[in-house]
Amino acid sequence: MKMGLFNDRKGPAMLSPSAGKKLLNNRLIFSLLVLMVVVVQNIITTPNFFEITMTNGLLSGYIPNILDEASELIIVTMGMTLVIAASGGVDLSVGPIMAIAASFCGLLLNGSEYRTDVYHSPYFLAILFGLVGAALCGAFNGFLVSRLKIQPMIATLILFTAGRSIAKQITHGQTIYIMNPTYKWLGVQIPGIPIRTTILVSIAIVILVVLLVKLTSLGLYIQSVGINGSAARLVGLNSRVIKFMAFVICGILAGVAGLVSSSSVGSVNSGELGLSIEMDAILAVALGGNNLGGGKFSIAGSVIGAYTIQAITTTLYAMNVRADQLNVFKAIIIIVIIVASSEVFKEKVNRLFRHITKKNVPVGGLSDERQ
Amino acid sequence: MRKLLKGISILCVFVLLIMATACTEKPAETNAPAATTKEAAAETTAEPVDTGDDLIVVGFAQCKADESDWRMANTASMQETLSEANGYKLILADSNNDAAKQVADVQGFIDQEVDYIVIAAVNMDGWDTVLSSAKEAGIPVILMDRTINASADLYTCWVGSDFKAEGVKATDWISTRFTADDEVNIVNLQGQLGASAQIGRSEALEDAIAANSNWTLLAQQTGEWSTDTAKEIMASWIQQHGDKINVVYAENDNMADGAIQALEEAGMKVGGDDGVAIISFDANRAYLQMTLEGKINCNVECNPLHGPKVAEIIQTIESGGSPAKVEVVEEAAFYYDTITQAIVDARAY
Repeated sequence: MKMGLFNDRKGPAMLSPSAGKKLLNNRLIFSLLVLMVVVVQNIITTPNFFEITMTNGLLSGYIPNILDEASELIIVTMGMTLVIAASGGVDLSVGPIMAIAASFCGLLLNGSEYRTDVYHSPYFLAILFGLVGAALCGAFNGFLVSRLKIQPMIATLILFTAGRSIAKQITHGQTIYIMNPTYKWLGVQIPGIPIRTTILVSIAIVILVVLLVKLTSLGLYIQSVGINGSAARLVGLNSRVIKFMAFVICGILAGVAGLVSSSSVGSVNSGELGLSIEMDAILAVALGGNNLGGGKFSIAGSVIGAYTIQAITTTLYAMNVRADQLNVFKAIIIIVIIVASSEVFKEKVNRLFRHITKKNVPVGGLSDERQ
Repeated sequence: MRKLLKGISILCVFVLLIMATACTEKPAETNAPAATTKEAAAETTAEPVDTGDDLIVVGFAQCKADESDWRMANTASMQETLSEANGYKLILADSNNDAAKQVADVQGFIDQEVDYIVIAAVNMDGWDTVLSSAKEAGIPVILMDRTINASADLYTCWVGSDFKAEGVKATDWISTRFTADDEVNIVNLQGQLGASAQIGRSEALEDAIAANSNWTLLAQQTGEWSTDTAKEIMASWIQQHGDKINVVYAENDNMADGAIQALEEAGMKVGGDDGVAIISFDANRAYLQMTLEGKINCNVECNPLHGPKVAEIIQTIESGGSPAKVEVVEEAAFYYDTITQAIVDARAY
């Protein structure tokens, strides 16, 4: 498996025509470019963008804010990447699964009270319970996809539609407020540690996923199943189990994101938790240069995609863009990235580039890295 | 190659700048989309309802009875007030946010020859035909909470909240907290843009800022009624303005919650006599508790208990009178220094 991000470390000063071509071929270059543009934009408009200060025992500033706010998205995106790679489809139910996991956790902690600072059961047990709930949801999706051969988008549409109602039933239809300060350890800060826990959790999850796909050759299996399920079966891979596992992992990670999210606001609101995060996660995977048809995937790409989305949002807030224009901005930036990273556009730019440098580059050299 | 990269970067920045200056139109008012549930409105039969005695039959077309705590309290208020013990027979039709089903429900009420129809509309449009037949049948129609796009002679009256008046209650409190010499720096966490509650509450704040030369609007942004989004935006504002912020005007309880958490995490004092003043709207139970604790300074109620007002309107019509076209429910404001535990405990939602 290739880690797209680390392929082209050469600085611009070393660019030869072929290095330039390689750079253009890199799937990540355009989201990195946009990230760069956002950064340049910030240097101009928000002078203190890179300032990091210590307030109230926490590192704070725009950069820590971006890392903090992006963490839920990154955790969800990890699972989404695996599901897309293995099944060639998306998991639409990650948002509702977040709500279900947090609702289970909140139910155990608060009992039947809607607002209390007394834990009714141990914290770790509630977290475990929430994650088991999320894993069951993932297993349900995985069963529908791998055993019953239902299209992933249709299969996960079930929990997408019903998930929030289930979460609402768990919390007896009310918002739960968990007032015990230790509940905020996971989503805000563990006393004495100056870095927000969300950032640490997201880094830990990324490392875990990378280790999982690298050390256990699960990554290779997922890739093989995603590229050609029948061929993978012929060489002895059980593609059903692989797909099933991808959905279970995605469910568990959505559960982690749900717990983090609910911890950071100190309450469980089943209608609000992770609302429309599934679309951002799919977008992050796409921005990371991953093929939404399955197969090859890059964890680093998805991470960069997620940070790009969050950096855009935070920048727009920092620039005080008017509320009614916010989504227009986001849409334009995303259109630019998607268009710029399309094969046809790259081909055109490369031709133009060849024309300018008047160097002969063999035809067909452009897409040699894509399968 | 460098030129190319440079060119693309410049292009992107250029697009951003153009958009920053050019794009000013407001999005059209958003209508609630119809949900996908396709149940037919089968439960309403064409048989006239025969109550056997003198009960007043009221057909109530609710948009989605369990949509939120507020909506649940709203439904319960109607059920409690228009009970058989009080001389009414209430027929509740929950359309589950399906606009087509709701129109069919109302048609069903007309076929059943109910005495009154109350509608909390899912959609603003598409009411002309069914309301015309209600008018022909001589059934008074009372619109509740949400407005519709239909000629005013097709319904008897509208009952609901005056969102601008709610906003004025909040700005009045701000004027009592600060003197004319104080620098009042306000940030506004707006609701979902285009929602009538957002429009009314924002308007009241804009008017007050225009009327007070010492008031400044530092920033406003939509938090989309959500705790999480509001917290994120507030964190960004703290980066930009820091201690300058002394009033947070949050257009609902959830967003006030998010703002308070962001301020506290940044080590700023919230509420009370000398912290950042927090304004909130809706006054749900958990947030009245926070008002009691002093974290929210002023919480303006958005009253879901429409039952008594609807009953009052029906009694006016029964006794031959005609109600006003716009009937506003009474709404209170709660302040951190005067609220009591009894008020919090009495709140059902």
